[in-house]
Amino acid sequence: MEKEQYQQLEQNITPPTPYLKNAVKAFVVGGLICTIGQAVSLFYIVFFNFTEATAGNPTVATMVFFAMILTGFGLYKRIGQFAGAGSAVPVTGFGNAVISAAIEHRSEGLVLGVGGNLFKLAGSVVLFGVVSAFFVALIKYILVTIGVVSW
Amino acid sequence: MVIIFPSKPSLLAGGVVAGPLEDRSTFKQYFDTVYDDERWQMDTNEQGHRKMVEEACEFVMKKGGITTAEVDYLLGGDLVNQMTPTNFAARELAIPFIGLFSACATSVSAVIVASLLTELGAANYSIAGASSQHNAIERQFRYPINYGAQKPQTAQWTVTAAGYALVGKHREDAPSIEAATIGKVIDYGMDDPFHMGAAMAPAAFQTIKSHLDERKQEIYHYDLILTGDLGQLGLKLLKGMLVESGIKNEELTLLRDAGAEFYGQDESFQSGASGAGCSAAVFFSYVMQELRAGTYKRVLLVATGALLSPLSFQQKETIPCTAHAIEITMK
Repeated sequence: MEKEQYQQLEQNITPPTPYLKNAVKAFVVGGLICTIGQAVSLFYIVFFNFTEATAGNPTVATMVFFAMILTGFGLYKRIGQFAGAGSAVPVTGFGNAVISAAIEHRSEGLVLGVGGNLFKLAGSVVLFGVVSAFFVALIKYILVTIGVVSW
Repeated sequence: MVIIFPSKPSLLAGGVVAGPLEDRSTFKQYFDTVYDDERWQMDTNEQGHRKMVEEACEFVMKKGGITTAEVDYLLGGDLVNQMTPTNFAARELAIPFIGLFSACATSVSAVIVASLLTELGAANYSIAGASSQHNAIERQFRYPINYGAQKPQTAQWTVTAAGYALVGKHREDAPSIEAATIGKVIDYGMDDPFHMGAAMAPAAFQTIKSHLDERKQEIYHYDLILTGDLGQLGLKLLKGMLVESGIKNEELTLLRDAGAEFYGQDESFQSGASGAGCSAAVFFSYVMQELRAGTYKRVLLVATGALLSPLSFQQKETIPCTAHAIEITMK
């Protein structure tokens, strides 16, 4: 059998990726995680001295803490298998990427293991996040300077 | 490519140990032991992996009624870089050792080499096999264990198991190796490491086809043709290729796959099981015991291996695969 013919056979037999089903699952779980995040944010605003602008940091820390507990007990990967991008995109997914790498590489020691591999998966998120934030800010700064928009 | 063994070396005993998740395997009853700790009470996954290999070899020697001093050669491998678990197990066992790497086809390539040594008269007893430990392999080939990435339906689950067999001179009451085929490395341009069955199926096809052709056999001459770890989709693809080459549909029922059946119909394992330990565990427990029991008289074991690395995948290389086969008969 020729390669092209085989690739055709492979396409026919392999079930198609259920994009719609995946998108719905990701939407529901991602939405649920964000709703919990909103509740945590409100909690800090109502019960502590935080404003809408300052509640972000403790909220993120709390959500990452939840992600850490779930990752440690091996539950986050199960959520991930179900939700896909729904649990990968929110900050809990970032936490999971960092924490899972830390757990994984603990056996190679704290410096070369945990330290060296902590950002193995999340490193590119940090890198491209910072770079794109810089350029977005630069564009806005130019637009404000020439008077198109205001801060 | 076919090697004929006139003296018909025998598979005298098999030793299979598996991890806790393999308690859910459909082949569980054939395993020697299912351990409840995936690390075998060791500090790291890799050490647990080593311990698992040692235990499988100890079962082989116990069941074969021999001591380490009587074993001439140990042949085997795993999927960890530089095969440290098997190398370290060989250190503990202190048997002359050659490490072999054919990815998940190692179980059969080890048996082929052991049979050649037996045929040559260089070995009275050799232990041959392969193993894989889920956590140690996943972390190397994919993501950290607890990372929440979504696996597609085509993915396969690396089993935690070690399967070894005692190869020795021919014995009437033991399954014997009549012939073997060493496979070519086949690459049909598949490049998805989450769809290894599709990459490996052409290699299995090629090996089965050339074995049958050179031996002038048909599929129905066998009671069972068992591939290593194509998974459910890979098995379908192999059958598709065989049908295309003119094999009748009825004959295809003789074709089964260890990876497709390993965890039954459990969908949480996607397309089925994989890993060097998958074919090794099924071949050296279920198949050997069924041969001894007389259920099968002639079996073709085809272990398939995907010869990729995380590096080759990231560098956009396709996945070359191989398949090795042994023809085993029982009087």
